[in-house]
Amino acid sequence: MSNVQIMTGNQAAAIGAKLSSVQVIAAYPITPQSQLAEILSQYIEGGELKAEYVRVEGEHSALTVCISASTVGARVFTATSANGLLYMHEQLHWAAGSRLPIVMCCVNRGVGAPWTIFNDQQDSISQRDTGWIQIYCRNNQEILDTVIQAYRIAEEVYAPVMVCYDGFVLSHTMMPVAIPDPELVKDFLPPYQAHTILSPEDPRTLNAVLFPWRRANSEGVLCDGYMEMRYKLQAALERSPAVIEETSRRFAEVFGRDHGGLSWGYRMEDAELVMTGMGSIASEAMQAADMLRDEGIKAGVVGIRVFRPFPAKTLKEAFRGAKGIVIFEKGISYGYEGALCSDLKAAFYGSENQAPAHNYIAGLGGRDVKARELADAARASWMEMQTGIVEKPTTWLNCYTG
Amino acid sequence: MPENLFKINAKEYILPGTRACQGCGLSLAYRYALKALRENTIVTLPACCLCVLHGIYPSTPVMIPALNNSFASTAASASGLVAGLQAMNRTDITVMAIAGDGGTFDMGIQALSGAAERGTDFIYVCYDNEGYMNTGTQRSSATPMGALTTTTPIATKQQHKKDFLKIMEAHDIAYLATASPSYPIDLYDKFVKAKKIKGTRYIHLYIPCPPGWAYSPKDTVKMGRLAVETGIAPLFEIENGKFRFTGRSKSMAERGNRLPVINYLEKQGRFKKMNIEQLQQVQHWVDGKWQEYQRRSQE
Repeated sequence: MSNVQIMTGNQAAAIGAKLSSVQVIAAYPITPQSQLAEILSQYIEGGELKAEYVRVEGEHSALTVCISASTVGARVFTATSANGLLYMHEQLHWAAGSRLPIVMCCVNRGVGAPWTIFNDQQDSISQRDTGWIQIYCRNNQEILDTVIQAYRIAEEVYAPVMVCYDGFVLSHTMMPVAIPDPELVKDFLPPYQAHTILSPEDPRTLNAVLFPWRRANSEGVLCDGYMEMRYKLQAALERSPAVIEETSRRFAEVFGRDHGGLSWGYRMEDAELVMTGMGSIASEAMQAADMLRDEGIKAGVVGIRVFRPFPAKTLKEAFRGAKGIVIFEKGISYGYEGALCSDLKAAFYGSENQAPAHNYIAGLGGRDVKARELADAARASWMEMQTGIVEKPTTWLNCYTG
Repeated sequence: MPENLFKINAKEYILPGTRACQGCGLSLAYRYALKALRENTIVTLPACCLCVLHGIYPSTPVMIPALNNSFASTAASASGLVAGLQAMNRTDITVMAIAGDGGTFDMGIQALSGAAERGTDFIYVCYDNEGYMNTGTQRSSATPMGALTTTTPIATKQQHKKDFLKIMEAHDIAYLATASPSYPIDLYDKFVKAKKIKGTRYIHLYIPCPPGWAYSPKDTVKMGRLAVETGIAPLFEIENGKFRFTGRSKSMAERGNRLPVINYLEKQGRFKKMNIEQLQQVQHWVDGKWQEYQRRSQE
């Protein structure tokens, strides 16, 4: 029996955390994440979820609490947005460097200054090099399901996972969501068994200082240096696409829903003009594709679900038939172009896919962007591509740049 | 008489061969603190001198489990350990967070204030060597007036030390104490006591530092004693709001034989640029604090 309820993205994330039987939660409220912190507090105080909730005094401490609680073997959860995520920045590196399977929701919001509480993805995009796996969700069902999947992924590869979803667009928008059977979730996600637990029974100093070189322990065994440890983090992330795909497959088997592992496609069978993006803007592009199809343009969408590790191999395949690529991004690497655009073009380097790629920066600070406007932009680019315009400066959509 | 004078735990938790400097006051204090807390303890610490004492991976001389975390996060890290251990049903373990004055007075104050306000069940230890000693003797808000540091290299520090004990006391915590490695039994007693108390416990250690204070490593114990004997580092504890002098400070309060601060200051190279005015100000500052403590001890 499916249990479908109408709920916001924040509620979906909270239910995902509850179903994952998290043991320690530490979060600091920030718009648009606040509701998530509130719902989890209610679960715990109301006795629905047996977990410790540490009401920290800031985001840096929120992630620190998760790091240390995870070190003694607990399954942990946190969530934040925008400047809260940036305040955690140091600890994002610490969590990944410590190889802890922490799951965090990033409710995407624009970053100050100047202040905005509205949605874009500059917050999580700017944290891409911290060693976290980043998964972008396109609807509330995917949020709930991805939180559960994220623990399986994190605990398999020993790397933290950030589940990103757009503030307000998803966090505060009600959608029907099927709540998985808790018993099935328990089977899908067994209790966390850490390979190392800091305890008096096995006293050790974790995260000690390292020299640049490898060094022998008291038994004369040569142990990793800093660089070897960092390589192992990279190797774990390189290994993770297979784990993410397998988790997605297994999830679909058990729960009957497949959100795509690393990416997803829409009307891609014979698509020549391929729109792409992450999160809700990619979801919106599906509507734009329908409009363009109605006009006779063979348009499709590749939604990028996993931004780190960057699924270059999968995407090369996904874009195989593309004759033109349009990339919509809710963030930018200032001084260059959208980070996704750069990564995507780099993935195609040296391959036979040399389709022109146009980059649109859209929806910063919550600036409205309609499906019709995505279609208009994609059509304009498609026409330009027909006339041989391969290179094009990054376009700021719906922005008065005059 | 100190409670545990003939009952000091004989077991050592720090093996010989730490990476601490010669004459390090911290290694002495840490040794007695761990003896008092015993095996069932987890330590968390930031980047600091203690991190160096713990050694270079993959070897450590410390036989108590320890978790390094980032500079500003010590008390939050302890909060995470406490919550995690609670979730794992390991409530038999004492969590000790320990950081220097930089990691406590300055960068760590937010996390510590948060943890103390939440009544987190842990012991927080500040080992105060009055400067950023691990990075090479830079000024901290715990550096006393008139001290030369590498960031006050000519004019000396112009401000008094931050009264951090007042800040901690304002959190209404379960237990607050000061201690010195020069009086190890007094220090030991306080850790034994702290271990038995629930809630947030704060222990402040005055730690002489030979390279940072510019004195000979052989004089660490002497320097610690002078700090106590001049009233610069009074030994006391506050339990349920009740102030009590302990050890040497108690007998000083009774006998009124506190030494002038010059006896302490003149023995350290860091005060060699101190002028008469600063000296008077420091004496005045110490007198004021001491009188306040004396008044409270009689309440």
